[in-house]
Amino acid sequence: MAVSVDPIDGTAMKAQFPLLSREVHGKPIVYLDSAATSQKPIAVLDAMDDYYRTINSNVHRGVYMIAEEATNRMEIARALVRDFIGARSSSEIIFTKNATEALNLVAQGWGRANLVAGDVVVLSHMEHHANIVPWHMLVAEIGIELRWIPLDSEGRLDLTELDTLLNGAKVLSVTAMSNVLGTMNPVRTLTDAARKAGAISIIDGCQSVPHSATNVQELGADFVAFSGHKMCGPTGIGVLYGREELLEAMPPFLGGGEMIRDVRLDGFTTNDLPWKFEAGTPPIAEIIGLGAAVEWLNGVGMDNIRAHEIALTEYTISTLHGRFGDRIRIHGPSSPAERGGVFSFDFDGLHPHDISQVLDQHAVCVRAGHHCAKPLMKLLGIGATARASVYVYNDTTDIDALADALDATGAFFTL
Amino acid sequence: MPGLEDLYREIILDHYRNPRNRGELETPPALRVEGFNPLCGDEIVLYLDFDANGGVADIRISGQGCSISQSSASMMSAAVKGKSVAEIDELTRAFKAMMSIHENTLEGAETAEPIDAPDVKLGDLEALRGVVKFPVRIKCATLAWNTLAQGIEEASA
Ligand SMILES: Cc1ncc(COP(=O)(O)O)c(C=O)c1O
Repeated sequence: MAVSVDPIDGTAMKAQFPLLSREVHGKPIVYLDSAATSQKPIAVLDAMDDYYRTINSNVHRGVYMIAEEATNRMEIARALVRDFIGARSSSEIIFTKNATEALNLVAQGWGRANLVAGDVVVLSHMEHHANIVPWHMLVAEIGIELRWIPLDSEGRLDLTELDTLLNGAKVLSVTAMSNVLGTMNPVRTLTDAARKAGAISIIDGCQSVPHSATNVQELGADFVAFSGHKMCGPTGIGVLYGREELLEAMPPFLGGGEMIRDVRLDGFTTNDLPWKFEAGTPPIAEIIGLGAAVEWLNGVGMDNIRAHEIALTEYTISTLHGRFGDRIRIHGPSSPAERGGVFSFDFDGLHPHDISQVLDQHAVCVRAGHHCAKPLMKLLGIGATARASVYVYNDTTDIDALADALDATGAFFTL
Repeated sequence: MPGLEDLYREIILDHYRNPRNRGELETPPALRVEGFNPLCGDEIVLYLDFDANGGVADIRISGQGCSISQSSASMMSAAVKGKSVAEIDELTRAFKAMMSIHENTLEGAETAEPIDAPDVKLGDLEALRGVVKFPVRIKCATLAWNTLAQGIEEASA
């Protein structure tokens, strides 16, 4: 097998993440849960700290200097996000609390205004609950119909019936990458098919935007949702990208300050995009933190991050298979080019809770559970998996530590 | 720092590897109740045969879960089989008291028996005492008991 070259030096990278220097149970931490949330580099922590220490004030309202500085800093962050995902205009970048809120914004905003009973929304079997439940809510409220793209045996979308599924559909909403299987989906093929069928397309970019270069125009998506905390930014900040025409035509989501142009006793008119969808005081420090995260990621280079993760994926799969053979089963596509660095696995027939409990004693942090994808778990015929996931700051030493801890886990439970 | 031995006592691993009362009972006459742990996806199905007074004459368990939820279910089934409603109620309260009194103390330090815990012998179930030092696992241990309570309530309704 050709071994990919890793452009990133793990040791130097780890040094930029203060949390990674701590110990757990007396051992250096091995953080392998970045699909849940990423660690934060010093650059992001400093940007947020600096905001609170030097320019903390409410945005868009003050005429005094620090309020103007805070507003500028926030709008610079919006422009950074815009360029990071290749959006045409800052009007298309809506700040939300997280990807979940972004997806709810589309379902509640676009969905309630445009869908009627019997309209079809197409999802896939590998969606996160955040891209399922908002649509279930519209099933209950409006009576829309849901259709599901099935998966093949390697956990890829099975697109053989895609055109039939999309026939008459109004919406296609799918994830760019599975947070359980690691599968990277052919987004452009999906959005093209949706457009041909007359449906809008929504992409859950939670797991893809942090890990590979994204251009929403090349993706051909109408909406893209993602969370700041999975891309080296803080919690409490997410992004909804939406095509301007669609956002213009949509009714507002939450009402209050900031999102209005005028309020009278008999009604209101909405503010311009993007503020029309940003009611109330925004999470200013978090937005600035996200801007810093984007700058930091740009500095590393998204193509380097993707190359790093492909190399680490090769290493992970070959190490785990090499050391454990049939004792381990890694879900999802076997080819590193088709997947991201998310490894859900079954090991020795042990329950994921028990695995992660023993791994924790070895300071190895992995997630155990259904990963907010219960329909997928049901399809796989399992209740839960253990999941290790990597990011820019992980290296082969982390994978070796995982393998050593798994060895110990197997030994503990067979005693 | 609580160690793995506090959580995975030998008797727990024994119940995990050799679960008691595993299987199903014919419904009806048996009652089938499902319990879920929404946090981790663990799932338990109890089959309960009641006697004339509402006591548990027979019990079977199916479903999937971690060693703690599985062994807790196995131990519970052994403890409640053939017991009256009143006896089961007492066991349930004693078990939950064991789980929660520690939950409220810092670092899971050992404390005296809870004042309101009924004076019953928990037997094998005592082995689960260590779970309280791992707060996220308490729900695993109580899943079977909550499901049993639900079944008894349904049967008496
Ligand atoms: C694919 C996917 N979609 C949506 C979400 C929801 O993200 P958040 O909880 O930040 O809103 C996640 C995160 O767990 C995810 O992995």
